[in-house]
Amino acid sequence: MNVSRRGFFKICGAGMTGSSLVAMGFTPTAALAEVRQYKLAHATETRSICPYCSVSCGTLIYSMGDKSKNAKARIFHIEGDPDNPVNRGSLCPKGAGLLDMVQSPLRLTHPEVREPGSTEWKRISWDEAFDRIAKHMKADRDANFVEKNEAGLTVNRWNTFGFLASSAASNEPGYLTHKVLRGLGAVAFDTQARI
Amino acid sequence: MALQSLDIARRSATTTEAPQVRETTEVAKLIDVSACIGCKACQAACMEWNDIRPEVGNNVGIYDNPQDLDDKTWTLMRFSEVEENGKLEWLIRKDGCMHCADPGCLKACPSPGAIIQYSNGIVDFHQENCIGCGYCITGCPFDVPRISKADSKAYKCSLCSDRVAVGQAPACAKACPTGAIKFGAKEDMVHYAEGRIEDLKERGYQNAGLYDPQGVGGTHVMYVLQHADKPTLYAGLPEDPQISPTVALWKGVAKPLALLALGATAVGSLFHYVMKGPNEVSKELEEEVEREDAK
Amino acid sequence: MTNHWVDIKNADLVLIMGGNAAEAHICGFKWVQEAKQGRKAKLVVVDPRFTRSAAVSDYYAPIRAGSDIAFLSGIINYLLTNDKIQHEYVKAHTNASFLIDPAFGFENGVFTGYNPEKRSYDKSSWRYQMGEDGYAKVDPTLQDPNCVFQLMKKHFARYDADTVSSITGTPKDALLKVCEMVGECSTTNRTMTILYALGWTQHSVGSQNIRTMAMIQLLLGNMGMAGGGINALRGHANVQGITDMCLFGASLPGYMHEPTDAEPDLATFIEKRTPKPLRPASMNYWSNYSKFFVSLMKAFYGPNATAENQFGFDWLPKQDTAYDTLAMFERMHQGRMNGFVCQGFNPLASVAHKDKVSAALAKLKYLVVIDPLATDTSEFWKNYGEFNNVDPKQIQTEVFRLPAALFAEHEGSFTNSGRVIMWHWKAADGPGETREDTEILGQLFTRLRAMYAKDGGANPEPILKLHWPYRIPTHPSSQELAREISGYAVTDLADASGNVTVKAGEQVAGFAVLRNDGSTACGNWLYSGMWSQAGNLTARRDNSDPSGLGQTLNWGFAWPANRRILYNRASCDPSGKPWDPSRNVISWNGKAWGGNDIPDMRPNAAPDEGVGAFIMTGEGVARLFAPAMAEGPFPEHYEPFETPLGKNPMHPDLPAVTSNPAARVYKGDMELFGKADEFPYVATTYRLAEHFHFWSKTSKINAILQPEHFVEISEELAAEKGIRKGDMVKVSSNRGQIKAVAVVTKRIPVLTVDGRKVHTVGIPLHYGFKGETKPGYITNTLTPFVGDANSQTPEYKAFLVDIEKA
Repeated sequence: MNVSRRGFFKICGAGMTGSSLVAMGFTPTAALAEVRQYKLAHATETRSICPYCSVSCGTLIYSMGDKSKNAKARIFHIEGDPDNPVNRGSLCPKGAGLLDMVQSPLRLTHPEVREPGSTEWKRISWDEAFDRIAKHMKADRDANFVEKNEAGLTVNRWNTFGFLASSAASNEPGYLTHKVLRGLGAVAFDTQARI
Repeated sequence: MALQSLDIARRSATTTEAPQVRETTEVAKLIDVSACIGCKACQAACMEWNDIRPEVGNNVGIYDNPQDLDDKTWTLMRFSEVEENGKLEWLIRKDGCMHCADPGCLKACPSPGAIIQYSNGIVDFHQENCIGCGYCITGCPFDVPRISKADSKAYKCSLCSDRVAVGQAPACAKACPTGAIKFGAKEDMVHYAEGRIEDLKERGYQNAGLYDPQGVGGTHVMYVLQHADKPTLYAGLPEDPQISPTVALWKGVAKPLALLALGATAVGSLFHYVMKGPNEVSKELEEEVEREDAK
Repeated sequence: MTNHWVDIKNADLVLIMGGNAAEAHICGFKWVQEAKQGRKAKLVVVDPRFTRSAAVSDYYAPIRAGSDIAFLSGIINYLLTNDKIQHEYVKAHTNASFLIDPAFGFENGVFTGYNPEKRSYDKSSWRYQMGEDGYAKVDPTLQDPNCVFQLMKKHFARYDADTVSSITGTPKDALLKVCEMVGECSTTNRTMTILYALGWTQHSVGSQNIRTMAMIQLLLGNMGMAGGGINALRGHANVQGITDMCLFGASLPGYMHEPTDAEPDLATFIEKRTPKPLRPASMNYWSNYSKFFVSLMKAFYGPNATAENQFGFDWLPKQDTAYDTLAMFERMHQGRMNGFVCQGFNPLASVAHKDKVSAALAKLKYLVVIDPLATDTSEFWKNYGEFNNVDPKQIQTEVFRLPAALFAEHEGSFTNSGRVIMWHWKAADGPGETREDTEILGQLFTRLRAMYAKDGGANPEPILKLHWPYRIPTHPSSQELAREISGYAVTDLADASGNVTVKAGEQVAGFAVLRNDGSTACGNWLYSGMWSQAGNLTARRDNSDPSGLGQTLNWGFAWPANRRILYNRASCDPSGKPWDPSRNVISWNGKAWGGNDIPDMRPNAAPDEGVGAFIMTGEGVARLFAPAMAEGPFPEHYEPFETPLGKNPMHPDLPAVTSNPAARVYKGDMELFGKADEFPYVATTYRLAEHFHFWSKTSKINAILQPEHFVEISEELAAEKGIRKGDMVKVSSNRGQIKAVAVVTKRIPVLTVDGRKVHTVGIPLHYGFKGETKPGYITNTLTPFVGDANSQTPEYKAFLVDIEKA
């Protein structure tokens, strides 16, 4: 221990007086021995799945508020779903630490751009972000789209644009990503699956 | 009233008898070291549930992180690489409060109501009553309690008394992915441990056994050890933990006397709370604390 | 996984090799403990390191990183020479009896048809002898010298215990002990399960590592059995689902092929992609290819896809070359790509050879990062001192960073490693202005579509014809998409007698209903049925388990068709009786298949029809001889591209076959492979229990648990190098260097390989310059830019480094 306990004895000399009286039953205020309040008593419970590894453990997410209009839900605790047949309520250190990823100071909260050659981020609106990205994509696609190959066969491909798809996304955005990419003519894409 | 409904067995520095009529189930956490992979899920769950986050430390060449218990680290994995019977073994022990049946911390504690033993066996610290004297540390044969620099109060594992009170297992036990931590009635845990020990013996661990040290009256956190004959292999788990003799003395003779004297003074002076602090505590105990500090 | 997480408890022997389930799949590992306690199962771990899995194993055998094929081939040789195979199973359920073209052979370390210039094979001799009836010829006695079984015996006879021990560094007694334990599982009442992960895939011979194991499981008769199978423990929580959605340039959802330039029209494509049956009674399920493909086209292009326009076949882009991750970064590095999107993907940290990846990103015009968290990639242009020493002013890439919602902030389905699809619900909004992935995609697409509709541009047709029926076009909902993935009837579907069985607009019950005439739409045939007329079956949460096998058929929905154990027909003998009645998965009751799973067989296929148990192959049986593999129909040991031996001990005088002769190596990368004289130690990278990839380093709890980058070395190497535990060390490969803290441990064995001592340097992966963890170097600074010949997964697991005190 780094803190000298000698110091504590000195500090507690005064405190001891009161405490001693408590010891004798001269209790100034009722000395309750409550356990800590159970913090989930009135939280909202939502069934979810841990996003880390492919065991895909069932989780129970606890958020503040009861979903009423004026209560802003905020996740404050996550633990294992005992009904899930695989994890049966357990979680690994990653899953048990999920809360700190959800509430990480490294969470992104607004769109931003780093201009060419710049040393910093600049906050932009979603509207500006979508417009600028769409313009880039269209200019690129218009300039490099291959409608027919050298043999004259229709190939409709755009291969100067690439996409790495998330393995942490749900199936639905995954499928939508595939559909959109094919719609644009993309051929250059891959996922975390083989990395 | 809360005091009674909580089924308190013992309360530090209190001479009033605890209620004894109701019989509640004694609980225990069983840590099967042979099934533990040292993943630290228990550490994560403990931090998350109890809203404690120690500083992000450094790697000092070992897997243990944090390196020691502190006011915000109530449990941690201690890793030992040993060679037994010509075979490398990575023994990983979850360290933390053992919730002794005969808790040295509670016996040593001079502050009324700072340490509570519930009738289910959980030994809980109540920081609002803690005066930060550190006697609990001296009283503990397992070197578990730690005093916070932030508020000068002692902290340690509560066995998630808040969860147990509503019928749930402690956060660490619920999280444990391999089932190395089980929680339930102590009787059931002992029974389960017997099965584990039998299995380990079949797998060649002839000295497998249960760690439920009687020197502290047994514990409400027990271990299944592959080498129960050598507990010190597991990052220095004490072979035969006992409450320090000075604490035993303090509890057995000195403290009641001190409290009696204290009472006489208090009554005699008609609630003039004038006393010299050091007189109320055992000199020997204080010296032992000093010696430990010097280590 | 062919089986699933809970099924591990049904095993008698659990082999963990090429993975480390106790650290990387911890909650799944609990079922190993369950098998040990419930069935008295044994756990064997084979790994270059004494891992946390090894810590609770019954037997641990060390192995040199990158020598798994030799080890497994040694097991095959043991099983064949000691007759530890399940004969009836091998005869009934594998192609052991099939006769191979006599022109096929193996010589000088390569199979017939090798072209060294192209580094690839002409596989024309890797084929069955065909009979006049149009089917493959077989010899049920397994005696024909050209039958697969005899060819196998010959091929693997070279892998005797001494040779294998010398290549792998595994002591001979340890090797034989593992062989013996594995061999015990050749009886019908004992099964072995194998749990592997990136420790097998991340090699230049990754796919063959797994194939070799699959052959072992077939010889033991363990495929299709409860407690058996080949179990790939996948990466992310939905990596299985995203794999099934086939977000690979060369594939379409449900493992169909993206057409290539060689397939000019739909008819040619279907003809080429639909396999022919190779045995008379084979189900050859891929014969339904056209139904799945046309239904996908209907999901993609809706009413615009008609029989007249080949259901929009021309709109689909045609693949001309490889566009896997390594290929994309190679193209980018060559300046041939302008735009790039990283959606929940951190390639700067996770792709091999960080400096190359960084230089490639710097050549882009625009980079879009869609992520819930600030990734290292999103700041590849920013100077973080020694950890990312770049000059932002020199980097002209325009970088957009878009905040995405996390798992807890949207609803949708995840598919676990055991193929069980499960719905998850939304708990709260994300912080600030975060948006869901579906909205980000919806916004981008609808804007582009509007621009093309208004201004035209390069062929707008494929964009304008894409079916976009979503109620909020800028934000398709997960529920709408799940229904589209599962499939619906476009027009009324009638049975043979003309009765309408599914009305137009209704959800289909499964892929058996799909048609190739445009009357059904289905975004992924494998997922068909996940949202039927009965509703969202992935949201089911009934965990009852009447069989006690852990099948839980009413929990979520497993693909395909809610089947929990693939190839379960093979759990029975040819007459339909379970090999092991105590673990009855399915059986033939005289009229139909049924039991504790959805049969992987036509329900009324009587055993005497002889329908093969492996319904997805043309053969109807499993392949011990597999011509689809890039580097050979049988596995062969090849050294990692960076080998400590400088030769292949199987072919010491043939430098051309030191490493995988069919692996793709780009110019420039070959030259960057390090040699053992300069980089004498075998390095292997891996994950820790406390972290997940580069993700959990943003979580304070996980940063506390494992705060700082470290490397692991043996006490012997540490002593040699004057390194003490806790020292900062420098680890260098021929591509760069990192610094990290030294963990000196007994858990890194020192091996004797080919008569010399080989040291291993273990390097965890999780650190970088963004995070709650201590800032650190990116491990992939060191790794080589070369992939497996089949999957192009980079060789992260075996390369060469040097180490010294920093």
